[in-house]
Amino acid sequence: MRRPFFWLIALITILLAVVPYVTDDVQLRESLLLACVYIILASNLNLMIGYAGYVNFGNIVFFGLGGYICIYLVDTLHVHIVIAVLVAGIAVSALALLFGLGILRLRGAFFALATIGVNEAIKQLVANFEPWGGATGIYLSLDAYGQLGGPMQALWTTYLLIVLLTAASLFLSFFIKNSKFGLGLIAIGQNEDAAAVLGVPTAHYKAIAYSISAFLPAMAGGLYFFKSGIIEPGGAFNLSLSIEAIVMVMLGGQGTVIGPAVGAFVYEEIRGLLLTSETFSHFQLVIAGALLLLIVLFVPGGLIGYVHRRWPKTRRWLE
Amino acid sequence: MIGIFASVIDGVLVGAVYGLAAMGLTLIWGVMNVINLAHGAMIVLGMFMLYFLASVVGVPAYATIPLVAVVGFLFGVVLYWIAVHRVIGQPELMSLLSTFAVSMIVIGFGTALWTTSPYNVQVRVPGITWESYTFTGTHIMAAILAGVIAALLYLLLYHTRVGKAVRAVSGNREAAELTGIPTTQVLAMSFGLGVALAAVSGTLIATLFPFTILSGEAYQLKAFVVTVLGGLGNPAGALLGGIALGLLEGMATPFMPVSWIPVLEFVLFVFCLIAYPRGIFAFVR
Repeated sequence: MRRPFFWLIALITILLAVVPYVTDDVQLRESLLLACVYIILASNLNLMIGYAGYVNFGNIVFFGLGGYICIYLVDTLHVHIVIAVLVAGIAVSALALLFGLGILRLRGAFFALATIGVNEAIKQLVANFEPWGGATGIYLSLDAYGQLGGPMQALWTTYLLIVLLTAASLFLSFFIKNSKFGLGLIAIGQNEDAAAVLGVPTAHYKAIAYSISAFLPAMAGGLYFFKSGIIEPGGAFNLSLSIEAIVMVMLGGQGTVIGPAVGAFVYEEIRGLLLTSETFSHFQLVIAGALLLLIVLFVPGGLIGYVHRRWPKTRRWLE
Repeated sequence: MIGIFASVIDGVLVGAVYGLAAMGLTLIWGVMNVINLAHGAMIVLGMFMLYFLASVVGVPAYATIPLVAVVGFLFGVVLYWIAVHRVIGQPELMSLLSTFAVSMIVIGFGTALWTTSPYNVQVRVPGITWESYTFTGTHIMAAILAGVIAALLYLLLYHTRVGKAVRAVSGNREAAELTGIPTTQVLAMSFGLGVALAAVSGTLIATLFPFTILSGEAYQLKAFVVTVLGGLGNPAGALLGGIALGLLEGMATPFMPVSWIPVLEFVLFVFCLIAYPRGIFAFVR
């Protein structure tokens, strides 16, 4: 609590929650909502990539599964959205723990491939799963928003809930980094065998990190698809979004707490600019790709990594 | 009964082409420990080269293959110097991301130029009719060509000095460097070969099925499955893995709805990665 960084996170959260509300700017809210979802994805992905050094290529599977569980509960069983979101988070986290114990036996590139496999397998499974609408997915009827006082009010409520999850992601990332558990993860990321020799229970730590990194994205998925009112396999388990999340982590700086969030925000802004611009809207993918290539080749530490190297004093308050 | 038999044979024919697509992936992995996420984009480039050479310029479909191979090879060598050279030996995240960035750039340009609408190349090869079932001529031709190209790759790798150098670098790069092999050039050449294989397999696939600029991703995922079945870094295993996948698809088709086959494939994929990370054909090595 004494750390300036703690208050920085709190300030960001309050700004995110208050600014669109006070200005009553719906367009700003929509753009910030997407930015928040990206921050949640990137920040939790960073627990695996930045801390433990494991490349989770199929991280979007948590987001999609959470969305499906939540929409199903709201649509069919008429559960309240907050409860549905919590159930989705816990269920996906538990599932991730099970999967993690299996696929985390793999290392490096093999693990990365396996996560793609898990994402595709679940996507295809859901596309064949009739109770969840198969390949066409589930459409929420407008009545579903009645529990939050109508569609208009529901949009604001989901936005605030997503801001809450964003804050939770940043604090989680912060506290893990400063805990014994986080130290263990970082040791695994640097040299797994050495970490095991020093007494870090690597198998457990990795599986727990994998499971934790599933919890908030699953809840965010629930809220995001509740807000959209529609969920289908292609959109829920979109491998490109998964990889875009990795781009955000790299852009901001892997292994830092604020880096992935900065990366996600910047990426969302760039993407918005490119999509609305006349000349560049066709070349959005090209520019994003070129940007990624330049970061990987020349600034592997990302924005925050660069700032840390350029001005070492910033390490104290920008973690 | 004949129907099942026929569908199995057809599966094997198509599987040989999947195997070819996976050979490029597995070659690059074996030599430089890089998983080339631009593989799908390279497959698509092969498809579009066939389209423009055959449908627009009027070159006979199968005559485009040497040209596609050469262009693919040169493109691969250039890509190596731009995107791969700097990340060799770094954590795998870096090479995964740099090759993925290449894929984004290629697919992005392709989408802007050719949109995402489907393309089709008409290739007429007489089929073989047996009882009441006809084996499509293009499928037979593609499988034969895939076999020939795989044999050529084998000859290159195991019966030439260049191939010896590739295998030496793949075994131990430092030791190869010490014996005087220009390893950097070998790496660039292997990447070129891998891309050429991807492009050629794309050309063959395009003679079988319609395609869009986004088709590459699906075939790349299939190539992953095949590579894992055959063992990462094992080109002979890749061909067998491709045939195994084709066989599986052919055998499963009569018994389950088509939409369930990808589920089966990916479950098998994850299972093989965990249980047999060296591939189910590890003994071929």
